Amino acid sequence: MSNVLIYVEAENGAAKKSSLEAVSYGAAVAEMLGGKAVAVAAADLSADHAGELAKFGADKVLHFGGTVNQSSEIAELVAAAAQQENAAVVVTAKSINADGAVPMIGVKLKASVATNVTALPDLSNGFVVTRAAYTGKAITQVSLHSNVKVLSIKKNASGTKEYNKPLAVESFNANISASKITVKEVKKQTGEILLPEADIVVSAGRGLKGPENWGMIEELAKTLGAATACSKPVSDMDWRPHHEHVGQTGIKVSPNLYFAIGISGAIQHLAGVNSSKVIVVINKDPEAPFFKSADYGIVGDAFEVVPKLNEALKAAL
Amino acid sequence: MKILTCISHVPDTNAKIPFKDGQPDLNGISFVIAPYDDFALARAVELRDQTKGKLTVLNVGLADTEPTIRKALAIGADDAIRVNAHPHDAFYVASQIAAIAKQENYDLILMGRESSDFNGGQVHGMVAEMLGLPCVVPCMKLDLNGNVAVMQREIEGGKEIVEVALPFVAGCQEPIAEWKIPNMRGIMSAKTKPLKVVEPVAVENYTRIIKYEMPPQRSSVKMIDKDNIGELVRLLREEAKVL
Ligand SMILES: Cc1cc2nc3c(=O)[nH]c(=O)nc-3n(C[C@@H](O)[C@H](O)[C@H](O)COP(=O)(O)OP(=O)(O)OC[C@H]3O[C@@H](n4cnc5c(N)ncnc54)[C@H](O)[C@@H]3O)c2cc1C
Ligand SMILES: Cc1cc2nc3c(=O)[nH]c(=O)nc-3n(C[C@H](O)[C@H](O)[C@H](O)COP(=O)(O)OP(=O)(O)OC[C@H]3O[C@@H](n4cnc5c(N)ncnc54)[C@H](O)[C@@H]3O)c2cc1C
Repeated sequence: MSNVLIYVEAENGAAKKSSLEAVSYGAAVAEMLGGKAVAVAAADLSADHAGELAKFGADKVLHFGGTVNQSSEIAELVAAAAQQENAAVVVTAKSINADGAVPMIGVKLKASVATNVTALPDLSNGFVVTRAAYTGKAITQVSLHSNVKVLSIKKNASGTKEYNKPLAVESFNANISASKITVKEVKKQTGEILLPEADIVVSAGRGLKGPENWGMIEELAKTLGAATACSKPVSDMDWRPHHEHVGQTGIKVSPNLYFAIGISGAIQHLAGVNSSKVIVVINKDPEAPFFKSADYGIVGDAFEVVPKLNEALKAAL
Repeated sequence: MKILTCISHVPDTNAKIPFKDGQPDLNGISFVIAPYDDFALARAVELRDQTKGKLTVLNVGLADTEPTIRKALAIGADDAIRVNAHPHDAFYVASQIAAIAKQENYDLILMGRESSDFNGGQVHGMVAEMLGLPCVVPCMKLDLNGNVAVMQREIEGGKEIVEVALPFVAGCQEPIAEWKIPNMRGIMSAKTKPLKVVEPVAVENYTRIIKYEMPPQRSSVKMIDKDNIGELVRLLREEAKVL
């Protein structure tokens, strides 16, 4: 029992970037265990895109013809695939639906579960994973000692890697019971870069004074191909939608580059963003606590700095 | 209507937690109801009032969690259960909650989206799976319409409206309700509300925490003059290599 099963989620037919990272992560674990990396995906991944998973390390792709929209359905699909493949490790990328499925998969497979995993496991003494805890204030090493392990990985836990594996897509059948949850309506901003997936995030806070001033933030995000985010008071006041709120009580992000504009840097805000690779802070107050947690800082008025930065980036990129 | 709210007892979110010998040094740190659990509790109190039902709070923890449980009683829960055990991990905690829920047949089990210490985000899904109930996470709005709940759930880039019949489990987050602050009457009555202590069921342990560490510290911040923005762009490209 040394195979690794990876659940792949798609968006507009193609695998999400976070899922590609999960495939590469799973392939690396499979190599450590001397097993195969098997990906499982439902019909949200189109047949044309299924083969791409080989490039990221999948030895085989199990393609399920139906859709799985709710966590319980994902859990049934993944558990069935894991059982068929005799998987020792199940890997998913952090996402709202997969996060809901992970604990259910754990119970179904009598597996131990680790979420927020930030690095490849250490197999030198059992099976030890590194994960974020205390809302980003700590990292912890946890030893998992059940036969099957379920890992949910954070963005940038291992990154993607290119492989040269042959394409092997198999159709997969599983009996999935329909969820008892009925979706009545979906309100989703289309054409937007999803915040948890984004490599670059442009985030702004109460320093922006009002929702009418977000134009320059959106412009900057557009130039950078970034997602937009905000602090909690900003979404509390409905200046921005709730799904943009990052921090202790919002979304936790770990992009390559995080811009904090007019955000003071409260401990609860940092909790959601401090695992970003590089942080740039723009604040008019040189004493703003956020500068202590930043890599680069500019003291200045956002209304002056942001448009200038946008122009400089447009010229450079 | 029987409602159960599960609360975790966690260090105050404002606290800076030092780590000593690989363990959090929690001496002198005050403990609170985890922020997401506080949202679940606040909505549970409102729903209890609306349905004239009964609200029980449950914590898996040793005796030191009782002040936190009393706070939940002061906020409005009718009674409390403490499972007298160290909450070893999410599976352990979920097994304890499920064991009690199997006997009590709650109509609604509300939890937080995740605890603020271990951030597992697992207990609700595990309990639901153990009880064969649906689970809605993260739940931002919950209204009852007879036997059916209409909920708003956060999804990436937006939200969805879902419906599910009772009973079910939900993991809550804002803006499901405003945090409630206990008033004097609540604090007084909490002292005499029933708090039952039960012994845990036996559960196999699959995980063990080896150690905690501080996350890697950033090297000190490089300040760039606001009139020299080009320098920031250069550093992001050439030094940080993120553009
Ligand atoms: C000294 C110490 C050692 C620990 N060792 C381990 C370990 O080896 N492995 C490990 O996984 N964890 C360990 N923990 C953390 C563990 O106690 C967690 O609290 C537990 O695993 C549940 O956390 P979670 O983050 O998974 O909960 P989540 O799944 O994030 O919580 C979701 C919701 O479940 C409910 N909930 C969570 N915990 C409780 C509770 N105790 N009682 C009632 N409701 C609750 C709340 O409503 C919460 O919002 C340790 C903690 C301490 C203090
Ligand atoms: C339990 C709990 C959970 C919480 N969870 C979260 C969370 O998840 N996320 C979160 O963000 N917060 C959270 N908070 C709130 C947090 O404590 C802070 O209140 C919040 O982050 C502050 O938001 P802000 O930085 O936008 O606003 P402020 O603290 O008001 O800061 C505004 C900043 O803008 C600067 N500024 C003003 N004008 C300009 C200008 N023209 N140009 C440039 N800079 C300017 C100011 O110098 C200041 O630093 C939580 C709090 C609690 C108690």
